[in-house]
Amino acid sequence: MARFIIRRLLQMVGVVFVLSLLLFFWLRSLPGGTVSAILGERATPETRAALTKALGLDEPIWVQYWKFLTRALRGEFGVSTGVLPGTDAMTIFLDRLPATIELSFLALLIAVVLAIPLGYVSARRANSPLDSGLVVVSLVGVAVPVFFLAFLLKYQLSVEHNWFPVSGRQDNIGCTRVTNFFVLDGLLTREFDCSASALKHLVLPSVALATIPFAVIYRITRASVLDVLGEDYVRTAESKGLNARVIRGRHVLRNALLPVVTTIGLQTGGLLAGAVLTEQVFNFGGIGNALAVAFQRRDYPVLEVLILAAAAIYVIINLLVDIAYAVIDPRVRTR
Amino acid sequence: MTRKRTAPLVLLTAAALSMTACAQSERDSDGGTGASGATNVKDTFTFGAAGAPDVFDPLYATDGETFRITRQIHSGLLGIKPGTADIQPELAESWTPSEDGLSWTFKLRQGVKFSDGEPFNGQAVCDNMQRMFEQKGAGQTAAEYWGYFFGSFSDDPSGSLYKSCEAPDENTAVIDVTRTTSSFPTILSLDSFSMQSPKALKDGDANNVQAQGEGFTYPAYSKAPVGIGPYKLSKYDEANKTVTLVANENYYGEQPKTKTLVFKIIPDESTRRQELQAGSIDGYDLPNPVDWKGLEDAGNKVEVRPAFNILYLGLNPERNPKLKDLKVRQAIAYALNRDQMVKTQLPEGAKVASQFMPDTVSGYNTQLQPYAYDPEKAKSLLAEAGAEGLTLKFAFPTEVSRPYMPDPQKIHAAFTKDLEAVGIKVEQVSKPWNGGYLDDVSANGAYDMWLLGWTGDYNAADNFLGTFFSNLKSNDFHTSVMPWGKTLSEDLKKADAIVDEGERDAAYQDINKRIAEEYLPGIPVSHSPPALVTSDKVQGLVASPLTAETFDTVTVGK
Repeated sequence: MARFIIRRLLQMVGVVFVLSLLLFFWLRSLPGGTVSAILGERATPETRAALTKALGLDEPIWVQYWKFLTRALRGEFGVSTGVLPGTDAMTIFLDRLPATIELSFLALLIAVVLAIPLGYVSARRANSPLDSGLVVVSLVGVAVPVFFLAFLLKYQLSVEHNWFPVSGRQDNIGCTRVTNFFVLDGLLTREFDCSASALKHLVLPSVALATIPFAVIYRITRASVLDVLGEDYVRTAESKGLNARVIRGRHVLRNALLPVVTTIGLQTGGLLAGAVLTEQVFNFGGIGNALAVAFQRRDYPVLEVLILAAAAIYVIINLLVDIAYAVIDPRVRTR
Repeated sequence: MTRKRTAPLVLLTAAALSMTACAQSERDSDGGTGASGATNVKDTFTFGAAGAPDVFDPLYATDGETFRITRQIHSGLLGIKPGTADIQPELAESWTPSEDGLSWTFKLRQGVKFSDGEPFNGQAVCDNMQRMFEQKGAGQTAAEYWGYFFGSFSDDPSGSLYKSCEAPDENTAVIDVTRTTSSFPTILSLDSFSMQSPKALKDGDANNVQAQGEGFTYPAYSKAPVGIGPYKLSKYDEANKTVTLVANENYYGEQPKTKTLVFKIIPDESTRRQELQAGSIDGYDLPNPVDWKGLEDAGNKVEVRPAFNILYLGLNPERNPKLKDLKVRQAIAYALNRDQMVKTQLPEGAKVASQFMPDTVSGYNTQLQPYAYDPEKAKSLLAEAGAEGLTLKFAFPTEVSRPYMPDPQKIHAAFTKDLEAVGIKVEQVSKPWNGGYLDDVSANGAYDMWLLGWTGDYNAADNFLGTFFSNLKSNDFHTSVMPWGKTLSEDLKKADAIVDEGERDAAYQDINKRIAEEYLPGIPVSHSPPALVTSDKVQGLVASPLTAETFDTVTVGK
């Protein structure tokens, strides 16, 4: 197991390295760039040249990459030029990450907590009106784009009815920051109104974001439970008169959950993509939000760090899924 | 088993619901505390900002969103008269030039303190001027406005407008300049050149800007500015994207009507509008002109600022030699139905431009009329010039909306139709604003014709005409290939150096006339008033043509 994990981590380093190379050259091959973004209409050839030189963008691209790489190995990822000028790009990533995690975690929680029981119920009562209804709901969940649903929720519940805040992460009520997980910070500092405000800001974005993983997890659970229900071992267990509870728990659910776990893992990665859009709609200050500003202002260091770190997270999540798989299904371990 | 599984779910939902209920009550009680003063105004004004501030040291700031905040916490020797583009006394009560116009004596307001309690005096003025002049290394690049307006720094004084500063007594500062220009001392009203506490600058190591990687790092001071303004910085909550300012008790003037000023950073325009609708912000800048009416119908106030900008069509005679012929350029001017475009594409109050600056700027020539829409004349001019079948590579930017150009693509489409109607072929090009458009216009000269504009920094013709045509070696219009390019550049420099205002204005009026009738290096298109919007509860906000509003006069009703 340890060897397996180490091998996967080494693979991750490789992935990040190759990606860094591609990203570095791709960003710089785009037309325009940081200098134009900073100077705007005021640019004169002289100021343009001076700024290009000051930012080190006049050097050959290989030299730039070499410098980037050697700095990165020392833990210096460069400072932001647009999102938060002067701040270390890694610091921006770490400061923004809690927002995205908070959002994704709550979305996934909502999705899992609803999807697995509903999927199971659907399968047990396959083809009942309840089942058909749930299937339609899940189809809608997959079909409707996240940002559209987010916009709809925001408009109906925040703008029209004022039940939830329109955007942001928290009301400006002077909250103390500890970890930048706003809900957690409120609990830690006993500023419960801060936690509550943060939660209230989380509801709509996380519900919007939850729709896709909900739909997928629901459908996988349903299909998987249906599959298992038809298996010989379930019929055997039933015919030998086992307690229905034991059958459901040990034989049906446990086996049916295997593909569900994989799905949840993969969905976690996918949540990052959805979070970018949701954060934009709700002006929720996470990674996605920073990514959008960084791209608009051609903030290379921040773009590089955000994308590379997101890639690393994706790989790590996949690794965790594999480990979870091995824990649930002993057969994987012996292979 | 399933039943057991649902039990925690129910609990969780209940917990979440109770939390939400809790949040509701907190918010109510928060609103309640504000009422304790028993007045009918709120103690906080919340403004929706379109972007995050870069730094709080205005010397290193370059963008409007940053200046909007620094303007509340800093002041300069000269200020801007609210609602106009004209200068007025601020920290200096008066200023007088020596006979040759090279030495300026500023009489300072007395009893003024910085927000840290340090006294403001002649020495503080000179410390500030020298501090800006003596920027080194990366600091020079970061101090973009100084470089732009004063030319150079102490290590290369030959190109500098600033020469020296002396403080003969507490209430006087004498600033010497190297040449006369209409821009000085007007530029001292720019936010970048605000007066900051010399002690705080020193303690906060304010000049320590370093290049690191592809960006600059800024010293601690840039996050803890000390200036003179109705407000001072309380907190920049980066995680929650809000900047909070509180009243500066050391301010020499009247205390702000609203004690706390909050800037909530909301990059998306439609989200800002929704926040205003929901009542969570009290106002925001640059509402999309198509929303103006809807916003007003919903009971908000749209404050239209006097136009202080120009949209123009740039022409590049170097790339397309046919454009060297005045007749061809005039034909383009006659071909465009600018009236129609202004009516359909620009906000109410927008005007067709007759020259390269708006009428709010001194030196504006009131005699000039815009070229009329006359496609027949355009055709005959093209025929005379032998330029039938002319093809133009005509570009517009995407992913951008400027105050002078809300929707570049639509303006471009309207003009393309006009040009095609007189037989000019249009090769349509577009690029993202930050994705190569500006490079292609300025550095690469890649288009025959393009849409661009300018918003003025202060009231001086040189800030418009000088920006466009003074630099003969490199300007977007490539006037160096035209026989009159050199004359125009020299005349602009001469006009700028005239000390007497009346004489100077006459010179600029003459230049404006020649640009419009004899040179026509590009086609001036329109001046378009930008707006800002507030809820109907907001009182006392004075819209500024320079978008330089200060919020200390604002009250927000409950």
